[in-house]
Amino acid sequence: MVEFALPKNSKILPGKEFPAPRACKHPKKFKIYRWSPDDDENPRVDTYTIDLDACGAMVLDALIYIKDNIDSTLTFRRSCREGICGSCAMNIDGTNTLACTKPIAEISGAVKVYPLPHMEVVKDLVPDLNPAYAQYALVEPWIKSETPPPSDRERLQTPEDRAKLDGLYECILCFCCSASCPSYWWNSARYLGPSVLLQAYRWIVDSRDEATEDRLDALHDPFRLYRCHTIMNCTNTCPKGLNPARAIAETKKLLFLRQE
Amino acid sequence: MPAPTKMKARPRSPHLQIYKPQLSSVLSITHRVSGVGLTLGAVVFVAWLAALAGGAESYATFLSYAQSFLGQIILFGFSFAFLYHLCCGIRHLLWDAGYFLEIKDVYMTGKVMVPTVLVLLLIVWLKAYGVSL
Repeated sequence: MVEFALPKNSKILPGKEFPAPRACKHPKKFKIYRWSPDDDENPRVDTYTIDLDACGAMVLDALIYIKDNIDSTLTFRRSCREGICGSCAMNIDGTNTLACTKPIAEISGAVKVYPLPHMEVVKDLVPDLNPAYAQYALVEPWIKSETPPPSDRERLQTPEDRAKLDGLYECILCFCCSASCPSYWWNSARYLGPSVLLQAYRWIVDSRDEATEDRLDALHDPFRLYRCHTIMNCTNTCPKGLNPARAIAETKKLLFLRQE
Repeated sequence: MPAPTKMKARPRSPHLQIYKPQLSSVLSITHRVSGVGLTLGAVVFVAWLAALAGGAESYATFLSYAQSFLGQIILFGFSFAFLYHLCCGIRHLLWDAGYFLEIKDVYMTGKVMVPTVLVLLLIVWLKAYGVSL
């Protein structure tokens, strides 16, 4: 449902200020969204000023620096620090991206850091991704086939069929794209969102999969697929440079051509 | 045994409040708003036809409203909504056919569309005021 304003318990209040250490040549302000389930307070934005000479190049380095040296209560997900696990997806400087691959130097002024938009917050920068994972499970993201595999080898593909998976298999399911999509904000209960639809398309075009028609049937729904209005925020924000909007457009085309 | 603790209601993370406007999303919401404008404008359009069907006197009354300052503003909004929705609609048709879906093409078509709408709007209103082109 379209709800432009935040609910009462989600309104953001001014937070604490953690000033720069003395003798700091390159100070940088980080304004970070905070919320804890352990007290009864509303979310707030805390401001940390850190010395860039003391910390690494990426936004994730700054978050780790703050957690290690200034405020150990700051909570965020991270794992690989090289853009392949998708854990540190968050809203940085107004768009969604991975903190580990976003250089601090690209951001002028204070660095604003929020959790992925329009999701339930577990704590600080950690959103609840369970609804998104449930939607991912709904598209049954595994190979389905009636034909048994060859006894002596794997299922082969032509180079052309294999090339159809390029730009799809690289998705790391960080949900930056889904959380950038206004249509997903308003309809996430029923619209699957760009990341899950890209995954669905990845199996639809896989030459080894034999459930293509069933997969298309499952998407032929006014909400699951057709809430995509080609807004393009998804493709604009994908930290892996993929194009979920194209995957959705191609799925719509397949459904249209099937009618003929 | 202590009663199970009730989980505290989690806040919703901010969205419109913090997301940086993108050319892509701004043109998209304008498309939606112009669609609403067209629907409202359809009422004006029907009023115009009804006034025309009612004879010379009712048509003259309609014209006096249409030529008032407020009437001109409404007609300007209606014509903008029509031309914007038309041009952006063509863009949507191209996307649905599978073209211009790369981000650079999305921006390119957007940057072609906006001046096109403004030029068409200018032509319509110059014509309306009897300027020969």
